[in-house]
Amino acid sequence: MIKEIKILRQHGVQYVPDLKGAVLNPLFRGRPIIKEQPSESEREMLIKLCPSDAIITESGFGIDIGKCVFCKECALSCPDKIEFTNDYKIASNDKDRLIVRKGDTEIRFDEASVRPEVRKLFKNALKLRQVSAGGDNSCEFELNASGNVNFDMGRYGIEFVASPRHADGIVITGPITENMAEALQICWDATPDPKVLILVGTDAISGGMFKNSPAVKREFLDKYPVDLYVPGNPAHPLTFINGILRLIEK
Amino acid sequence: MKLFLETYNNSNSVDLKDIPVLSYEYFANMLKSYFVDSDNHCLSYFAFKKDNKLKFICAVAKDSNSKVYLSSHELKPGVTSLRSLTPEFPQLHIFEREISENFGIEFEGHPWAKPVRYPSDRQDKEKVMNNYPFYRMESDELHEVGVGPIHAGVIEPGHFRFICNGEKVLHLEIHLGYQHRGVEKLMLQNDNSLKLCVLSESISGDTAVGNALAHAQLMESLADFEAPDDLQIERCIALELERIAVHIGDTAALCTDVGYQLGQVVCEALRTTIINTTQFWCGNRFGKGLVRPFGTNYPLNDSIAGEIKKILSDSGKRYFDMAERIYSLPSVLGRFDGVGTVTKEQAYKIGAVGMAARTCGIKRDTRMNHPFQFYKKHSPQFVIQESGDALARGMLRYLEVKESVKFVLELLQKWESTDKTALKPVYDHKLKPDGFAVSAVESWRGELCHFAVTDDNGAILHYKVKDPSMHNWFALALAVRYQEISDFPICNKSFNLSYCGYDL
Repeated sequence: MIKEIKILRQHGVQYVPDLKGAVLNPLFRGRPIIKEQPSESEREMLIKLCPSDAIITESGFGIDIGKCVFCKECALSCPDKIEFTNDYKIASNDKDRLIVRKGDTEIRFDEASVRPEVRKLFKNALKLRQVSAGGDNSCEFELNASGNVNFDMGRYGIEFVASPRHADGIVITGPITENMAEALQICWDATPDPKVLILVGTDAISGGMFKNSPAVKREFLDKYPVDLYVPGNPAHPLTFINGILRLIEK
Repeated sequence: MKLFLETYNNSNSVDLKDIPVLSYEYFANMLKSYFVDSDNHCLSYFAFKKDNKLKFICAVAKDSNSKVYLSSHELKPGVTSLRSLTPEFPQLHIFEREISENFGIEFEGHPWAKPVRYPSDRQDKEKVMNNYPFYRMESDELHEVGVGPIHAGVIEPGHFRFICNGEKVLHLEIHLGYQHRGVEKLMLQNDNSLKLCVLSESISGDTAVGNALAHAQLMESLADFEAPDDLQIERCIALELERIAVHIGDTAALCTDVGYQLGQVVCEALRTTIINTTQFWCGNRFGKGLVRPFGTNYPLNDSIAGEIKKILSDSGKRYFDMAERIYSLPSVLGRFDGVGTVTKEQAYKIGAVGMAARTCGIKRDTRMNHPFQFYKKHSPQFVIQESGDALARGMLRYLEVKESVKFVLELLQKWESTDKTALKPVYDHKLKPDGFAVSAVESWRGELCHFAVTDDNGAILHYKVKDPSMHNWFALALAVRYQEISDFPICNKSFNLSYCGYDL
């Protein structure tokens, strides 16, 4: 007993008091910024370098953080043009807003397109069922961490549950493998309406490194609207929690 | 006649043509002479198509003298069956199954000829995930329990099928493949080798550093490049930080499963401090981006070294206090002691590696047996447990963290006196043509191998990844026999094997 009290004292207070204002260390690879437009030759080089085709050149230069694997190699090779900031609030409900262009100072959220029932019903309690469909388990670790003693998203009534029948929505990680497609569909069908669909991690949002693999089957995403995109490789717990808070307007 | 080619882990690559091609009978006899000695085990046995033939390469590691022996045999087109060697050498079971699934070779007499992961390019498309041929026992007294692919927690998918007599498990069959993303095929994109680094890190997020290192080492072998001391030390430190973080996280998970909440929350918080240190170093909590071939984007500096020293000393001590408490509580010991036992004999037979081997008294650790990077010059002590049960697997983690913390602090001291080369990564390095290279690292789970074969232009022709779980999933199936089904979560957690590393 005495030993346990000693351990508890060492343990101290672990929770992050302000989940919206916490600051991550400067090296954390969050939202990129484009400081200057890269030159034509630099663009060519960046397109060739980027492992996940996240460099956009249509209607101006941009980086699609729904495709980005946050390896930062583009910024390392063009340090005066591109930089990765430690801004972790990079989730959005609109896929197009995940494209970062010169002058952008935040990843914007499309308030108008949030379904009213999402905010009405899930504001005070949101129970989610997670489905890993080819995830590399780093996003799964971070989702678990979102509920641990440090991040404790349970304080907002957000929680992962064991059964889809108890859930208000599904959180998908991974590029959605062919071998997991049927199980994912069954899980979605078992979740009662109304429900939200959340994609966590670059693999889930765009297929990431696996988007051209024949082992991946993403038709599920053609059928249902996505309520929230949470980019990252993996998505940081603070990115996930702040994205959800934004979605349920908390 | 030459029967094998001798090489070493993390050394220069070899010429593919120097690997002797044996007749199948000679090949089988060769394996017999290897496996008569329990000191030898199979690193990997795989096949690939080259010049219209199917070429099979087997890499056997001898633990006592650090050598790796390579032998091969070939099949002409049209020949689709071979005598299975699994009845004689059970550790080959998973590799023969894999070859059979990928190339349609029938291994006659294989006792467990079943699909491995249903890859998208499998030979027989009639075989699909939901008609997996589960083992059945017909009896009115028995019942089956199916679990998964989606599990109760936030974890990866896999299906477990139990045959039970009341509460007692008679048999467990593990059906995987849900995570299959086609990694090995994607590793053949020769246009941009940065892709391969990022892919390696995505093989298994909990082993991002291990896989990135195995890949970097492989590329360097194929380019006859040896990393300078400072880079080698940094890589070893990164690998040990990954081990420490996961072991502490596993301790938390084990506590959760036996309802010891203090152990759970304290270890969760301590794991956070370790992965945040990795983030402090490279900007990613899992170390993604930290290890690259031929150099690094994140060389260690005094401020990072100081942070690692501080966190390891502080969190290390707190973890040791906690672990000593955990493993002295009767209520915890009662749930672990004697549960899910794997015997030393079983472990040898299935070719167990890493923690699954070391908890059965087998001295098998790539860092010492087949040293790579700076482990060649300085290595930690073996940590061995004898009892093969869940308690041994829990204790091993505690003792390995202890050893790793001590070892990292020693490495940091050595790092201080090295010349700082701060080499940058290279993504377009020319690789040796018609070459073959072996790269093994001791990831926290155990022996993790990457292999590559190059063509006459030095482009990668075949890439093979072997996660330690390839050997060890079978250990879990053996561990739960005659156990209560309610002890399955403890057994599963105590092994913590990889789904995505196995499914690829």
